[in-house]
Amino acid sequence: MIEIGLGHYLTLGAIIFSLGTLGIFLNRKNVIVILMSVELILLAVNINLVSFSIYLQDITGQIFTMLILTVAAAEAAIGLAIIVSYYRNKGSIRVEEIDEMKG
Amino acid sequence: MEYAILFLPLIGALLGYIIKVFGDIYSEIVTTLFVSAAAILSIILFYNGIVYEDYGNYKIYQWIASGKFVVNASINIDPLSSIMLVVVSLVSALVHIYSIGYMSHDPDKPRFMCYLSLFTFAMFTLVVSDNFLQLFFGWEGVGLCSYLLIGFWHKKNSANNAAIKAFIVNRIGDFGFAIGIFLIFIFFGTLNYEEVFTLAPNFADTEINFLGLEVNLITVTCLFLFIGAMGKSAQFFLHTWLPDAMEGPTPVSALIHAATMVTAGVFLVVRCSPIFEYSQVALNFVAIVGMITALFAASVAIVQNDIKKIIAYSTCSQLGYMFFAAGVGAYHVAIFHLFTHAFFKALLFLGSGSVIHSLNDEQDVRNMGDLWKKMPVTWFAMVVGTLALTGFPFLSGFYSKDAIIEFAFLKGTNVGYFAAGIGIMTAVLTALYSWRLIFKTFHGKFNNKNLSKSEIHESGLTITIPLLLLVVGSIFSGFLFKEFLIGHDYNNFWRDSILILEKFDHSGIPLWLLVITPFFVTILIPVSFYLYIKKTNVLDGIVLKYKSLYNFLLNKWYFDELYNQIIIKPTKFIGSFFWEKGDIKIIDRLGPDGISKIIKIISNKSSKFQSGYIYDYAFIMLIGLSLLLTFFIFYK
Repeated sequence: MIEIGLGHYLTLGAIIFSLGTLGIFLNRKNVIVILMSVELILLAVNINLVSFSIYLQDITGQIFTMLILTVAAAEAAIGLAIIVSYYRNKGSIRVEEIDEMKG
Repeated sequence: MEYAILFLPLIGALLGYIIKVFGDIYSEIVTTLFVSAAAILSIILFYNGIVYEDYGNYKIYQWIASGKFVVNASINIDPLSSIMLVVVSLVSALVHIYSIGYMSHDPDKPRFMCYLSLFTFAMFTLVVSDNFLQLFFGWEGVGLCSYLLIGFWHKKNSANNAAIKAFIVNRIGDFGFAIGIFLIFIFFGTLNYEEVFTLAPNFADTEINFLGLEVNLITVTCLFLFIGAMGKSAQFFLHTWLPDAMEGPTPVSALIHAATMVTAGVFLVVRCSPIFEYSQVALNFVAIVGMITALFAASVAIVQNDIKKIIAYSTCSQLGYMFFAAGVGAYHVAIFHLFTHAFFKALLFLGSGSVIHSLNDEQDVRNMGDLWKKMPVTWFAMVVGTLALTGFPFLSGFYSKDAIIEFAFLKGTNVGYFAAGIGIMTAVLTALYSWRLIFKTFHGKFNNKNLSKSEIHESGLTITIPLLLLVVGSIFSGFLFKEFLIGHDYNNFWRDSILILEKFDHSGIPLWLLVITPFFVTILIPVSFYLYIKKTNVLDGIVLKYKSLYNFLLNKWYFDELYNQIIIKPTKFIGSFFWEKGDIKIIDRLGPDGISKIIKIISNKSSKFQSGYIYDYAFIMLIGLSLLLTFFIFYK
């Protein structure tokens, strides 16, 4: 049976982080997907924090994780609210159409 | 008192402009009173000078002090400047009074009066200067005022053009004048008259290298100074601005372009007589230019139709007289003629202004005629002015003009004899064109179609009083001052303000020379009456027969056309070449325009980076973050 060590956790974190970043760049459709990808990146960071916290026998990392989760929840709520009001204004949340800042 | 004379007109000009908020009439009163006060003080000064020999140099302040080179702003009262002050202030005061009447319909009266006062101030600084620098200041000051006053009716395009023309032609002369002053500064090391004039004999034979030519210092200096005088006094080649300057209001023509400013050139030559006396070449040049101008201007005046242009060319011609008088060394006679000329020429101009005013700004003599009963005062004044101008016996012009011819003859050189001959010929022409003016304007048939004869009336008191005062001046100024200014003991008056090396010998004047000019001008009165009133068809025949000559004279010897071809067109071509090709195509294209264009292109390109898509921004942020991280990890 394989011993699940720090390396595995970090690898998982890295994979989730990469998925999150790729989700931001490659997604051409939906702003909500971008929001979800940002959540994924945050989770990847949380996994890292928790893994190091156990590895180093230091509780601070886990406290930070709780903090980040709270902030992430708030952030998700705000992000969704922005998207809702954007949809009300523009009638679309397709990523290709959000290019108001085009030079 | 000297300070008061100089500064009263300046204060008048400034105060007059401030005070106009209370009403035009206050500006007129203030400027006129101040200048009149200056005129009265000048006469007292002149009198004190003659009786008590009360001359002197009054310093205002030290203008420039650089090492040994010191120039003061000062008032130098000597016989020459005191007589000039009298002429300038007297004519100026009369013109101020006259302008109140003449300009009564103009909305810009205060401005006009202030310019006149300012001009008087500039002319005063010119004549009372004791050095070349202050002279130059006054010289440019009168030029500026002349420009402002010619272009006074700035809504008229022709007035603007004439003003610019006068200014530019004067600049050409001033260029020469400035070089003359530079030469004096370099070789004499000072600009004060007194020092320059004491040094002048030492330099009489000095040769200098000027533009690669070995030339006599005094000669070349005098020639350059004289070029300045030519510009200001409208001498041949630089005369073209004077007739055009008649676009200005008539009082201006009388004051600036007849009596005072244009005589500044004569004043300059006379003032510099201690230098000119040491260069026969320069003196001959002065005399020859004077002769040519006298004859040329008189010939043109004969066929002109604009009443003011006739008098303008007449002024030009009389200035020629003054110059050849100075050129043969008779400086005191030149100033004497300047003195008498100021009276009768101002009188003629103001008289013609009165006619123009009454005829609703009609200036063409062909549209006048038979006005003498309607305007008796003006008619009387003009006739006296004409008699004085032509040199009718015992009027002022008779004494001064005959003296010029006489002195030219007495000089005894070829140039002198030639000048005397030209003088007599010009006197004949002068009589012709002057009487033509009188007969066409005041006699014959009334020819104006726009105005019925009953509407014409004599001008008001502010116009006629100056005319009558000038009539007095025109009649008596010659007779009263003759003995004094050009008599046997002329040196009692002039002292050292003029220098005449070669004294004139008065014994050898043939009688015919004394009689010939008065004889001609007297006989020409009935002759011109016959030609211009009785048998006009005789003249028409002559005009038809010599059509090309007539056109040649009517077009002022085609000077304007000639200058247009050989100077103005090439200059314009060069100017537009540099402007269109040099400035626009090269400097602007590579300079401001080019840079702004490049910046615009770059910013257009760089704004393309702003795709507006969130993922692009996020991607770039990530790349940036990665790069920074890499940098910190590997290099710290």
